[in-house]
Amino acid sequence: MALGSFFSKLKQGLSRSTQKLSESIGAVFTRRKLDEDALAELEDLLIAADLGTAVAARVIASFRRSRFGKEVTDQEIRQALAEEIADILRPAARPLAIDPTLKPHVVLVVGVNGTGKTTTIGKLAQQYREQSLRPMLVAGDTFRAAAVEQLQVWGQRTDATVVTAPPNSDAAGLAFDGLTRARAEGADVLLIDTAGRLHNKAALMEELRKIIRVLRKQDPAAPHSVLLVLDATTGQNALQQVNVFKEMVDVTGLVVTKLDGSARGGIVVALAEEFGLPVHAVGVGEQAGDLRPFDPDEFARGLVGT
Amino acid sequence: MFEALSGKLTGVFERLRRRGALNETDVMEALREVRLALLDADVALPVVKDFIAKVRERAVGQEVLDSVSPGQQVVKIVNDVMVEALGGAGAVGLNLNAPAPIPILMVGLQGSGKTTTSGKIALRLSQRLRRKVLLASLDTQRPAAQLQLQQLAERAGVGSLPIVAGQTPLQIAARAMETARREVYDVVILDTAGRLSIDAALMEEVKQIRFATNPAETLLVVDAMTGQDAVNTAKAFNDAVGVTGIVMTRMDGDARGGAALSMRAVTGAPIKLTGSGEKLDALEDFHPERVAGRILGMGDVVGLVERAAETIDQAEAEKLARKMAKGTFDLEDFAAQLKQITKMGSLSSILGMLPGAAKLQQQIGDANLDQKMLRRQAAIISSMTAKERRTPDIIKASRKKRIAAGSGTTVQDVNRLLKQFDDMSGMMKRMNKLGQKGLMRHGLSALMPGGRRPF
Ligand SMILES: Nc1nc2c(ncn2[C@@H]2O[C@H](COP(=O)(O)OP(=O)(O)OP(=O)(O)O)[C@@H](O)[C@H]2O)c(=O)[nH]1
Ligand SMILES: Nc1nc2c(ncn2[C@@H]2O[C@H](COP(=O)(O)OP(=O)(O)O)[C@@H](O)[C@H]2O)c(=O)[nH]1
Ligand SMILES: [Mg+2]
Ligand SMILES: [Mg+2]
Repeated sequence: MALGSFFSKLKQGLSRSTQKLSESIGAVFTRRKLDEDALAELEDLLIAADLGTAVAARVIASFRRSRFGKEVTDQEIRQALAEEIADILRPAARPLAIDPTLKPHVVLVVGVNGTGKTTTIGKLAQQYREQSLRPMLVAGDTFRAAAVEQLQVWGQRTDATVVTAPPNSDAAGLAFDGLTRARAEGADVLLIDTAGRLHNKAALMEELRKIIRVLRKQDPAAPHSVLLVLDATTGQNALQQVNVFKEMVDVTGLVVTKLDGSARGGIVVALAEEFGLPVHAVGVGEQAGDLRPFDPDEFARGLVGT
Repeated sequence: MFEALSGKLTGVFERLRRRGALNETDVMEALREVRLALLDADVALPVVKDFIAKVRERAVGQEVLDSVSPGQQVVKIVNDVMVEALGGAGAVGLNLNAPAPIPILMVGLQGSGKTTTSGKIALRLSQRLRRKVLLASLDTQRPAAQLQLQQLAERAGVGSLPIVAGQTPLQIAARAMETARREVYDVVILDTAGRLSIDAALMEEVKQIRFATNPAETLLVVDAMTGQDAVNTAKAFNDAVGVTGIVMTRMDGDARGGAALSMRAVTGAPIKLTGSGEKLDALEDFHPERVAGRILGMGDVVGLVERAAETIDQAEAEKLARKMAKGTFDLEDFAAQLKQITKMGSLSSILGMLPGAAKLQQQIGDANLDQKMLRRQAAIISSMTAKERRTPDIIKASRKKRIAAGSGTTVQDVNRLLKQFDDMSGMMKRMNKLGQKGLMRHGLSALMPGGRRPF
């Protein structure tokens, strides 16, 4: 993809998702004294972006310390706020590094229902292809209707082998077979799809642990990465999701999807504060090319609209 | 991580106990907590503001009844306003008052649960109301989406529109209506591709579909975990296609579901159904009073009781209840109860419906008390002699060894079970002391050793 269109699409996505927030900040902060009322309104704006009440309060508290009572312009307040948020996000900006010597680097993709796991696997496969790596996909969602066929389409689109099993087979067994095959055929990355599951369902979480146990029979270091896919429209429950998935399956990184929508994904700020997990990439559309590295400055600037 | 709102209000009101009418300052202080609780539950900010204004109007100047604390009084007002805002008491059914074939249009964001819900509604209409239902997928966007709906139709035992590659959603919609007329279907459910509310082209497309089919119901399908964006989505879809009802999916999760309030406030459309699982029978009517309790963090006690009533053997349950009341509950009964619980589904999902159970749920999650474990415990009990079951105190080291060997478990497992039985008996004694009313008021926390009382 041309670099120009890459940036314009990213910007489009980010600016769309934050347009409203920035409009309101613009309205509130055109040359005005930063008093309690102004701070309260600013805090509201952050809350409306899903940062959560606690994180919004903390961000505003540090604003109060440094800028209270000052005459501020719209531009200043945006820059300062973006800087504040970017500082929180910066440690999270770490891409998913594939180790080409592992053959395969095993990536287990998990998350609650409908967040974009399967699509993200398709997008990752596309990226690896472009980097001349050989991806192999495992259709580990043996539960949902037509989940296998969905991943098979992605396999065709990205010219990647898809390892499948009949409906309702044991996902762990399938993952094991996938790993055997990836090793035999010298694939560089093995992307394992899993059925969406709510984190409060103990039996389903146990099933994920079983996949990991079984993979480790072949390779004690597998899976080398466990990606939790989060939907940007999710509210405060995302904290709970990350908490439980991390506890149960040692999540190593996050992918945040659907940032091309009107949801601003402010929960990412709260997640970065609370868990410090890397955000490897963001999804900005339904096509194979719609995966972007997570850029904290861009994201933060997008959030406040500079 | 969330405390029940009633718990939060404790601090605020401890100082104001017994003071006659609720005054403005007290109420404002309490409402700050309410505001935070609502925001933590993902109710959208503008909706929270309106809500708070309403509660304030109603609360200020109200006499505090003798029998309750000011905190309880405010909680009651908050709860009442919440139930009203969610649509008042009782459930609103699907509108099927239209000439057959009746079109039902499903819309919403990507991954919100439209396709699954289409299958669930089809199953319900065909089984409960004996309607002949046709499922048609207009999703040409997501890979294998049409196949997904076709497979769900097979599972539900209803018709599905044959898949024809290359047709546009609008063409599929027309073909669905034609087919339904020709083959005399009662209801046609039109499942659409997920779309973002800011995607002008796709929003225009769904407008045209709506216009062409004139559905009796246009259902907006929303995930219960949705955050502040709920207002944007609801507004955009409502402006484009005129939402007639809302379906909240993934209510089986532990999200507080504040989006329900946001969506309802923005569209004015009733929430008609909720999804509570991935299987096709996991569709329930929406009960405002229960979801109000959930948003406020007070638990869905009614939902729990209903779920229990559906699955539990009534006579058996009554027998157990009598024994509990008399304090003659033994391991035999414990085994019977384990069996009942196994039938009801995962323990943690049941506990999620109880007030104040979030912590307990976490502990259980940690202990991995799942179905397998319940079965293991049942095996342990069945390896005991009748005498051991009736008088567990006699189970000492050598008996433990025998029981462990007999059930294929370890002595530790046996110990754990006995300990659990002990805890449970203790809990039951406390429960009996508290009585039914106390349990509803104080929630599960009152049962736990050292449990804090809200007021
Ligand atoms: N707009 C947008 N849509 C996305 C994005 N990522 C995924 N989707 C869409 O979201 C929906 C769900 O995506 P899936 O990849 O099937 O999600 P999943 O997590 O595998 O879902 P289950 O397996 O059903 O739990 C599909 O309609 C995708 O096209 C994104 O970044 N932006
Ligand atoms: N736990 C749970 N999962 C659900 C529910 N409704 C749908 N799902 C799941 O959510 C995912 C996306 O659902 P789908 O119907 O394909 O969404 P669509 O993209 O809007 O058509 C699937 O994994 C479904 O199994 C629900 O009520 N509870
Ligand atoms: Mg999937
Ligand atoms: Mg669908």
